[in-house]
Amino acid sequence: MANYSTNEFKAGLKVMLDGDPCAIVENELVKPGKGQAFNRVKLRNLMTGRVGEKTFKSGDSLEGADVMDLEMEYLYTDGDMWHFMKTDGSFEQYAVEKKALGDTVKWLKEQVPYIITLWDDKAISVTPPNFIELEVVETDPGLKGDTAQGGSKPATLSSGAVVRVPLFINQGEVLKIDTRSGDYVSRA
Amino acid sequence: MAIDWQPSASFETLRERARLMAKVRAFFAQRDVLEVETPVLGQGGSTDIHLVSLHTLARTDKGQRRLWLQTSPEFHMKRLLAAGSGPIFQLARSFRDGEIGARHNIEFTMLEWYRPQFTLDQLIDETATLIMSLLPSFPGPPVHYRYRELFHTYVEVDPFTTSLDRLRAIAAERAQMSAQSLADEGRETCLDLLMSVVIEPQLGQQELSVVVDYPASQAALARRHQDADGEWVASRFEVYLNGIELANGYDELTDAAEQRTRFAEDNAERRRLGLPEVDVDERLLAALEHGMPEGAGVALGIDRLIQLALGKARLEDVLTFSTPSC
Repeated sequence: MANYSTNEFKAGLKVMLDGDPCAIVENELVKPGKGQAFNRVKLRNLMTGRVGEKTFKSGDSLEGADVMDLEMEYLYTDGDMWHFMKTDGSFEQYAVEKKALGDTVKWLKEQVPYIITLWDDKAISVTPPNFIELEVVETDPGLKGDTAQGGSKPATLSSGAVVRVPLFINQGEVLKIDTRSGDYVSRA
Repeated sequence: MAIDWQPSASFETLRERARLMAKVRAFFAQRDVLEVETPVLGQGGSTDIHLVSLHTLARTDKGQRRLWLQTSPEFHMKRLLAAGSGPIFQLARSFRDGEIGARHNIEFTMLEWYRPQFTLDQLIDETATLIMSLLPSFPGPPVHYRYRELFHTYVEVDPFTTSLDRLRAIAAERAQMSAQSLADEGRETCLDLLMSVVIEPQLGQQELSVVVDYPASQAALARRHQDADGEWVASRFEVYLNGIELANGYDELTDAAEQRTRFAEDNAERRRLGLPEVDVDERLLAALEHGMPEGAGVALGIDRLIQLALGKARLEDVLTFSTPSC
């Protein structure tokens, strides 16, 4: 991979830092009027998802990371690995480890497209769509007449996620959920 | 993709900017400080190793010459002072290559003024008065800090006496930098790093912060003197507001021989670092030899002050067209 110098650091650029692939979130020049220039760089570690700040001397460089985001549909799990297929018509499949799947494990639904991040052609993270429709498989019976306000209750969804839903929701209903916050949005 | 041709600043901001610029001019007119306009191009440039000068080739009366876009109007203004101008100010377009960011633009406007016979303290007062007159609300009275005291407070090291190894270790830790990339760096880089990343963001939050007694090695074009602790320090001040460096003032060096030595040292350091040398401004040195009145001068980033006065997030918000869209 090519090397990138601090002046080429832009949001979204993927670089290697301490052995992990990272995405640059922000890059700011810090320079006293009479002194050495530095770059304060915010990076997201693509393995852990953590965002941290680092300082570089202006002109320092980092090796680029061979990282790609690809859209793939979820197929199935064999218990050890989770299998996805590219949506570009190639039918090419990728097996994803539990570690790379992370929290997304609770938002899995067959035939839904996810963004798989590949590093050196290996899946390192899976991002669900912002909104997903899932069926309620277990919740206390709905309260008639309570359609607007008042309270919420837990509901287990077909993907295994447990979310807070309004009291009027019944088992078997399909709900629209915001995967970023885990919040109920509406009936689908 | 459509080409973005629109201005960086809104018209409302540009009207506010014009109003603030008029206030600056009125401030100096009232104090009998003459407005001047000096050239953007010069046959000499700044040798400062931390500034990257732009230059251009021009066909002059002496044939093709390399002319330097000025990093500040300092050299020309000092030649005016030596010629007997008396107090002068300028809103000068200045150029520093590679500097682009939320607080930087390669081409920017410097408000620079010189006060013959002023002490550094008198100029600090005048600078604070001007800054406060442009802000929409009173930021709190100016508070003075010594460079050394700031390092004691925020980093718990002494900038003059702490060993280089320890400075490197602390700078790497506090600024989230790899120890390896500081391994070959000297005291100055470690101090600059701690100052810009750890200390500066704390300054000017409750008041206008004025920093004095910088290490002598950071004197640039200022005199040096011994401080109360017997350390050699630069006769220089900086003003900070909201963690942003606004102004940099000197008790001006008037000794031509000393100035020549500092230029030569800069160029020697440039050769050592593999940086291009910059043509020394012989006309400035000749003017200093003739004699420049003792006094103080200050350079203030007026774009930044306007940015703060108008509560804007980025420098480009107060520029018609920032460098990335020029």
